[in-house]
Amino acid sequence: MSDQEYTPKSKVGKWFNDRLPLLTLANHLTDYPTPKNLNYWWTFGGILTFCLITQIITGIILGMHYVAHADLAFQSVEHIMRNVNYGWLIRYVHANGASMFFLAVYIHIFRSLYYGSYKSPREVIWIIGMLIYFLMMATAFMGYVLPWGQMSFWGATVITNLFSAIPLIGDSITTWLWGGYSVDNPTLTRFFSLHYLFPFLILGLVVLHIWALHVPGNNNPIGIDIKKPSKDTVPFHPYIVIKDLFALLIFLIIFAFFVFFSPNILGHADNYIEANPLVTPAHIVPEWYLLPFYAILRSVPDKLLGVIAMFAAIFVLVILPWLDTSKVRSTVFRPVYKQFYWFLVADVLILGYVGAMPAEGLYLLIARVATAYYFAHFLIILPFLGMKEKTTPLPLSITEPVLGGSADMAMARNNTDFKEKL
Amino acid sequence: MKNFLKLLAFFTIILTLISSKASAAGEQQELLKVDWSFKSFFGKFDRASLQRGYQVYSEVCASCHSLKHLSYRNLAEKGGPEFTELEAKAIASNFEVTDGPNSDGEMFERPAKLSDKFVMPYANVQEAIAANGGAYPPDMSVLVKARGGGANYIYSVLMGYEDPPAGMELDDGVYYNKYMYGNKIKMASPLDDDIVEYSDGTKATVDQMAKDVTTFLQWTAEPHLEARHKMGFRVIIYLFVLTILVYFSMKKIWSRIETKV
Repeated sequence: MSDQEYTPKSKVGKWFNDRLPLLTLANHLTDYPTPKNLNYWWTFGGILTFCLITQIITGIILGMHYVAHADLAFQSVEHIMRNVNYGWLIRYVHANGASMFFLAVYIHIFRSLYYGSYKSPREVIWIIGMLIYFLMMATAFMGYVLPWGQMSFWGATVITNLFSAIPLIGDSITTWLWGGYSVDNPTLTRFFSLHYLFPFLILGLVVLHIWALHVPGNNNPIGIDIKKPSKDTVPFHPYIVIKDLFALLIFLIIFAFFVFFSPNILGHADNYIEANPLVTPAHIVPEWYLLPFYAILRSVPDKLLGVIAMFAAIFVLVILPWLDTSKVRSTVFRPVYKQFYWFLVADVLILGYVGAMPAEGLYLLIARVATAYYFAHFLIILPFLGMKEKTTPLPLSITEPVLGGSADMAMARNNTDFKEKL
Repeated sequence: MKNFLKLLAFFTIILTLISSKASAAGEQQELLKVDWSFKSFFGKFDRASLQRGYQVYSEVCASCHSLKHLSYRNLAEKGGPEFTELEAKAIASNFEVTDGPNSDGEMFERPAKLSDKFVMPYANVQEAIAANGGAYPPDMSVLVKARGGGANYIYSVLMGYEDPPAGMELDDGVYYNKYMYGNKIKMASPLDDDIVEYSDGTKATVDQMAKDVTTFLQWTAEPHLEARHKMGFRVIIYLFVLTILVYFSMKKIWSRIETKV
């Protein structure tokens, strides 16, 4: 959003740019004014883009060797692991990449929750983000089915069976999803097809997500609007690019530890047993990133209501911009919300933990309390708190807390104290 | 930088949580722990142990358990037992495989070659189940990865045969095992002292054989483990150096303005 029109220097560049303004776009992306005070929680957008591209590239290569057939899928995965050149590397990057992708997306989402990035004027960015998250879950779930191990098969059976809870047409829908009367070869082939398709839908949504971001510009840790672009912002390149790269490299080191030194720790051992419709595993557990929703699903005694609760848990996030009535974006200036924020983080971690445990006794009780709290946070606490909470005064501009040399929150707080004294 | 450390700490906590959750699921008996040579960042297989392990597999396990994802050529490949090509060929030629059809349209038997997959002990799952009192002896290609606890679990089960506790009734053909899930196993204790004779003179105790065959099975499950460790070490060193370089570049770039990064 630079003020003056961009014109390419070379004649050829100008000729091309008049017909397709790609150079203008590139110029916009490099010059894009970014708040100076972004902290490292803001680097996960770039990390996520990297994750998506990594998944797509490794996935395309895996797709060249994988065979989507109930009798051959497991074998073809072993073929990739043993005989394809660096097949083990590509598959472990892809499998662990999914986990790293979700780790990054959860941090990205919780960053947004902390700094109020979903609030006006950024609601559309948030909603597109939630769509991406939802598609990611669907993609990851279907991807987990493809190796056709025991957890693949039974996970697919449990999740697709959820649709049978829909009154009247539930059974027909489930049969339609399966392409038969149980999870079988037709289910596997369509999951493969969709697993290949969805990442490209995600890619399209990511473009929209970034486009929508570039209209109002980035939020920032103190959550106030940019007053003077010349003072409050830096151009995306090189400042943010190099910072994102640094953060990405740290992320990659952690990623590499998983891929090279414990590539199977995030998966379930049962998925190295070939799918067998006649033997049910002792515990059917989804991958870790779906566990909180799994806990919500199981905490409701009625199947249909459980399914509704699970989808509502995601939907409630979609309408979050209107549930949070507070006009102040950043949690830094919301002392009461700050506590509830950390309660929510703890609540989701607890849900994830009980999701991995058998749904009985104390675990079930904890799951129910945590589910109730999850909804209470969004439906009761947030609307109410926004109206009642006394927020601390906001700084005048981004530069104010930034001056003095730190994008640190403590600095921002000190500055507000300072201003009050003036 | 302070923020950055906070972030790193957060990362560590989350990752520990995830990893512990992943491994915590449903273990009952504390497994025997062995200091395997293939663990750790530089972990490699003990070549002699792999070769002995193959011997135990072929003389003890192979009559019931298949290794269907392996080929005979794997035995001579780098990072594995590393038999010489001649040895691997000799091993393969002990097995008969069905090939064909030939020019007369007939199927025929021939000795196995390096390119052949390991010959299965049974023609099909049903035959395997029928021959083993209703229990299917699982394929062992990825068995180590298919059990929570991995190599330690396999080793523990091999070492875990005991008399059942008083009052526990076992059906015919069912055995008590301390480490097996549910403590009941349909495989009789497969190992006895000196059940195989090691050519390298190692004493074939149950413990030794259990370790050797577990090492072998770790390799069958992860044939590229050594290459993975080696590459992983290089990748991480590379990333580490690059991160430091990028860190100082970042400092330099951000020093143009008064904001710290």
